[in-house]
Amino acid sequence: MLQRSVPLLLVTTIAAFSVAPFLIHNAPYESTMGLVQKIFYFHAPAGIVMFLSAFVCGISSAIFLFRGRQGADRVAVAAAELTVLLGTIVLATGPLWARKAWGVWWQWDARLTSSLLLWMMFTACLLVRRYGGPGSDKLAAAVAIFGMFNVPFVYVSVNVWRTLHPKTTVVPMLGPGMREPFWFCILAFLSLYVLLLALRVRLAEQQATLDARYLELDDRASA
Amino acid sequence: MFARTAWTVFRKDLTVEVRTRETLATTLFFALSAVIVFAVALVRDGRVVADAAAGILWVAIAFAGTLTLGRTFERERYTDTLRALLLAPAPRAAIYVGKLLAVVAVLLLTELMLVPLVALLFDAALLQRPGLLVALLVTGTIGFASVGTLFAAMLVRARSRDVLLPVLLYPITIPVIIAGVRGTAALAQLVPDEPMATFWVMLLAAFDTVFVTLALWTFDPLMTD
Repeated sequence: MLQRSVPLLLVTTIAAFSVAPFLIHNAPYESTMGLVQKIFYFHAPAGIVMFLSAFVCGISSAIFLFRGRQGADRVAVAAAELTVLLGTIVLATGPLWARKAWGVWWQWDARLTSSLLLWMMFTACLLVRRYGGPGSDKLAAAVAIFGMFNVPFVYVSVNVWRTLHPKTTVVPMLGPGMREPFWFCILAFLSLYVLLLALRVRLAEQQATLDARYLELDDRASA
Repeated sequence: MFARTAWTVFRKDLTVEVRTRETLATTLFFALSAVIVFAVALVRDGRVVADAAAGILWVAIAFAGTLTLGRTFERERYTDTLRALLLAPAPRAAIYVGKLLAVVAVLLLTELMLVPLVALLFDAALLQRPGLLVALLVTGTIGFASVGTLFAAMLVRARSRDVLLPVLLYPITIPVIIAGVRGTAALAQLVPDEPMATFWVMLLAAFDTVFVTLALWTFDPLMTD
C-alpha cells in the first residue's frame, strides 16, 4: 500500500513545497523577531516529524527483534536514516535562527541538547549498521529501542538542567495569519517523510531481492 | 534457578577479578589519568572551576565504566567460553544479571577509591551528605552498567567493537551523567541542596527500572544467532 501511494505522495509533496514559500512569505511578521522568525515554519515541522520518525524506527525495530520480520527491519533502516536527515535540518536551521535571536550559534539549552542527543542516538544506530559487520541489524534494532525509551529521560533530565528555548506552548498561541502556514508546513513535511520512507523501503527491498538472486546464481554455478 | 545462575556468573566473574585484579587495577589507574587530564583543563590559578569536581568524578566513572564493560565480555571471547555460557541450560537473562552485578561491583569498588581522591584533589565537599551520595553513585552505576552490559554483550561478535561501545553507550547514558553530575554538584554546594539531589536519585531509579527491564527483555533475542 505504501509503495502504490508513491506517485500520489510525490505529487502532493512537490505541490506542498511549492506552495509553502508563498504562504510563509505572506504570513505576518512576528513583532519582536521579524524576518528570522520565518525559519520556524521549516524548523519546527522538521523537529516534529523527526520525533515521529524516531518512534517509527523504535517500534519497527522492536517488531523486527521479537518477530524477526525482515520488512520491519527495512522500515527501521529507512526511519533511522530519515531521523538523522530531519535532525540535520533541525540542527542546521536552529543555529541560523539562534544567531539572530540570541546572538550565539549554540546554547546548551534543554531542547537543543535533547535534539542533538536524539540525532546522536540514531546516528549511532546507523554507525553500527555500517561498521558492525554481520549481525549488526539486530544491534541497530536494540540501539533504536533503547533510544526510543530514552527520549523521556533525556527530555526530563535536560529540562531540569537548562531551559532557554521558546516553549512548545507558543504553538497554540500563534497569531491568526501564522497558524495556517505552520500547520500547512507540518503536513508538507509529513508527506515528504512518508514519501522518502516508502522510497527507502523499496530500495532496501530491491537490494534484498538482488542479494537473493546473486546467491541463487552462485548456487547454480557451483552445482 | 534464575537467581542461582545469576549468582554463579557473578561469583565466577568476581573470583576471576579477585585473583587477577586486572580490571580494578587498570580501571582505577585509567580513572586517575582521566582526572589528571581534567585538572589540566579545569584548574585556573590553582583553583578549580565551580562544580567541576562533580563533572570530573562522573566523567571518570563513565570512562572507567567503558573499560570495565569492554573487559567483561572480551574475557569470555578470549577464552572461548561465551558459547558455553550461552549454551548452558539456564535462562539467558540470568547470565545478563550476573554479568551486570559483577560490573556494578567492580565499578562501585573503583568509585570507593575515586570519590575520596577527587574530593581531596579538588577540595570538593562531596561527603557532606554521604547517604545521598551513595544513593546517587549506586543508582547511577546501575543505570550506566545496565545499558553498557547489554551493549557490550551484543558487540562481542561485532567488528570494531572497541570503538562502537562508547559510540553507542554515551548518547544513551547521557541522562545518567546529567543526573549524576547535577546531583553530586547539588550535594557539594556550601549548603547541600537535598531536594534536588533526591530528585536526581529518583530519576536515576526510574532510569534503572526501565533499562534493566528493557535489557532483560532484549538480551535473549539479541544473543541468539
